[in-house]
Amino acid sequence: MKILILGAGQVGGTLTESLAKESFDITLVDRDGDRLRELGSRLDIQTVQGAASHPSVLQRAGADDADILVAVTSSDEVNIVACQVCYSMFRTPTKIARIRSSAYLSQNALFNNNHVPIDRLINPEQVVTEQITELLSHPGALEVLDFADGRVQLVAMRAYLGGPLVGQALRFLSEHMPGVDTRVAAIFRRGQPIIPTGDTVIETDDEVFFIAAREHITAVMGELRKAEKPFRRVIIAGGGNIGARLAAATEDHYDVRIMELNPRRAQGLADQLNNAVVIQGSATNRELLLEENIDQCDVFCAVTDDDEINVMSSLMAKRLGVRQVFALIGKTAYVDLLQGGEIDVAISPQQATIGTLLSYVRRADVAKVHSLRRGAAEAMEAIAHGDRNSSKVVGRRISEIALPPGATIGAIVRDDNVLIAHDNVIVASDDHVILFLVDKSQIGAVERLFQVGLSFF
Amino acid sequence: MHLTVILRITGTLLTLFSFSFLLPALVAMIYAETTFTTFFSAFGIALVSGLILWLPLRGKRELRGGDGFLVTALFYLGLGIFGAIPFWLAEATQLSFTDAVFESISGLTTTGATTIVGLDTLPKSLLIYRQMLQWMGGMGIIVLAVAIFPMLGIGGMQLYRTESAGPMKDNKLTPRITETAKALWYLYIGLTAACATAYWLAGMNGFDAIAHSFSTVSIGGFSTHDASMGHFDNGAVETVAIIFMTLSGINFALHFLVWRRRNPLHYLQDVEVRVYLFVLALVSTTVCAILWWQPNGHDEAIRDGLFQAVSITTTTGFTTTNFANWPSVAPIILLFAAFAGGCAGSTAGGIKMIRVLMIYLQGMREVKRLIHPNGVFTIKLGKESVSDRRVDAVWSFFSVYVFFFLLSVCMLMVVGDTNFITAFSAVGACLNNLGPGLGDVAVNYNSISAEVKWILMFNMVLGRLEIFTLLVLLTPAYWRR
Repeated sequence: MKILILGAGQVGGTLTESLAKESFDITLVDRDGDRLRELGSRLDIQTVQGAASHPSVLQRAGADDADILVAVTSSDEVNIVACQVCYSMFRTPTKIARIRSSAYLSQNALFNNNHVPIDRLINPEQVVTEQITELLSHPGALEVLDFADGRVQLVAMRAYLGGPLVGQALRFLSEHMPGVDTRVAAIFRRGQPIIPTGDTVIETDDEVFFIAAREHITAVMGELRKAEKPFRRVIIAGGGNIGARLAAATEDHYDVRIMELNPRRAQGLADQLNNAVVIQGSATNRELLLEENIDQCDVFCAVTDDDEINVMSSLMAKRLGVRQVFALIGKTAYVDLLQGGEIDVAISPQQATIGTLLSYVRRADVAKVHSLRRGAAEAMEAIAHGDRNSSKVVGRRISEIALPPGATIGAIVRDDNVLIAHDNVIVASDDHVILFLVDKSQIGAVERLFQVGLSFF
Repeated sequence: MHLTVILRITGTLLTLFSFSFLLPALVAMIYAETTFTTFFSAFGIALVSGLILWLPLRGKRELRGGDGFLVTALFYLGLGIFGAIPFWLAEATQLSFTDAVFESISGLTTTGATTIVGLDTLPKSLLIYRQMLQWMGGMGIIVLAVAIFPMLGIGGMQLYRTESAGPMKDNKLTPRITETAKALWYLYIGLTAACATAYWLAGMNGFDAIAHSFSTVSIGGFSTHDASMGHFDNGAVETVAIIFMTLSGINFALHFLVWRRRNPLHYLQDVEVRVYLFVLALVSTTVCAILWWQPNGHDEAIRDGLFQAVSITTTTGFTTTNFANWPSVAPIILLFAAFAGGCAGSTAGGIKMIRVLMIYLQGMREVKRLIHPNGVFTIKLGKESVSDRRVDAVWSFFSVYVFFFLLSVCMLMVVGDTNFITAFSAVGACLNNLGPGLGDVAVNYNSISAEVKWILMFNMVLGRLEIFTLLVLLTPAYWRR
């Protein structure tokens, strides 16, 4: 599959890196020749230097036979024009663009082939904001991911001493909670994946991924660690795009304080926000944090655009006694160093974006993909088609499906009902199957599983 | 300073105003009253004086920035005197010059304080003239002039700003000031017509219905009877009055918006209106509760309490009972509520709800600043944040308002030898364009001396023009420009 990526910035770069490893043909376009050379020398990709929206540049990049266009330059307008050019001149089938400005995003009628031909809008700030909002409403979770429009959620969390189920075999889960159905999709113990069976015993410090219907999430979490008090006081460090969005999304539900160094920007935030308190000052200023009673706060959320500041301010806040810290960390190398240590949750904006793109490049009908654990694992929502003869999944019990090693089926969404995947559930056509892969190298096997045989057509 | 331009425009306005004597003259003719000659001679005097100022000085010169203050002040002064002519000349009233001017200015500023006793026997033409003065003063004669005379041109904006009420004076409804002024007057006329019809349906006779609709929609408070609204003793009439007083206390720009979009929800989306309704509800409940629980009992506590609360808070000044004699703190609460008044851009007086709200928000901001020394806080009306410049302006308005209030109270006690409660309430009632006060001025302003009346007149104009328009004329810097 040929993929054309416009813009070699943070998102474009990470995307290129992760897709190139999966044997796609990638062409990367950017104005910055040095950046292209650096990526081109490391990865097996084609690079074209030039303005991403110019037809001649797009032609040189091979837009006429590209399957997917991903426009992630730093400018909304360039992305829009590039999609328009590719649609009008090269008939590119799938066009994905990053649009950040909510002035455009709020206009749903605008984005279709008659007007602005973009098939999928991605907005990393929005995705990150939603992720953090979910984390705030589930204290103790490391990751909360939506499937099937939020009817099913996949939650990652660390098991702690004191959770009723810790030290018990998974089999007892259903006995503990009669009304609640859930399935543990994977357990990571000291970084190594374990495929859970009924006899698997959860240990302290295990990172547990489980799948359940949205309304059951809190109950399941209570089994794995002592129930956390809901968050109330939240400090957001950094009033950039993400900080401002996050504050606006949470200010009505929590007691939100947002710190911003630039006085003019702080004034702008104060104009925008209604209930959140805007503090002008540096997030790494210890006295300022103390003055704001950091030790009485529940969450410190570092979302400046500078990884180092996020890390340092989070570490300081944690030392000063805040309950939990979330830090936005772009550099993958830092994430490996920090998560699970003093920083409770490291959020990667690139990883959040990549999931959206991955659902388009998968060779089966995939509704949603979430990239997990720095891209090593993946959770996806695949749609089963066909019948018992043409499909390898439809009409079969879950226990009969020949899943590759490391893959588990967590749940099935049929129409609007959530079925937790026990061995005797039979998959029907059009079911949304939610799978968890601890090892991404098996992705090809999963794709083949959900492809429909020739007899379907 | 271009004295010729200023005098010319003042002359234009006076000429325009002179035609307002024709309506009472017509009424006098209908009822065959002797006051016909009074009004007709008043018309002649005003018309000739206006033309003398206007015609010789005709020219193309425009008003310059700042001239508007002088025009407006001169105009209110001139109008106060010319408007007093009928009261002074009419045999039925027998008013002194001071009393006649007092009555006229009280009308034009929509205050509603009166020196006339025996309204019920007064000629109908004089009665309707008093009501008309209030009606014209309510939306503003200058605004009317701007609507009618496009020739005021750019100077019209200058004038418009000096007369309209509230801290947000730059809000035009339409791109052109003439159109804005017209829209306001159409709304005003529409509301008056609706009010008159409602009064008539509620049981007033035609004359009273029209007369009272004038003073209700302008939030003036003049009545054609000594007992004010109490004369009718009719629950339906009082209900109509409450509804239209409340409506007239709302920003007319908002009425315009609701009318144009055909969506009454805009009322509730406006922060000022929400605060306004909240204050009305709060004052009404408090006053009703005081009346309800007083030891001797009060018949119709709810009916009287509600009516008086709305009438005084909106600074209308209609009365159904003598509320000055009410027990405990009720009269004082009402007087204080009148300080808040109605919404900016309405016909009501007082400090205006939006300023009160901004002062409250500023106070809360100081509290928040103490809690978060590094916090950045803006003052917001709804979702819109207000610039600090504007908040400063509101604060200085408030302090100057309070200063003039206290100064006038002291002057009343020195000059007129009045007791404190009379001085306090008289100044409050005049500065807020309310009308009835407490103590010696609870029913009318007959018993106080002439000097005191002049001080009170100054207060009325000060309140109507929101202080700064007049204050600027009292500074040497203005004349040195």
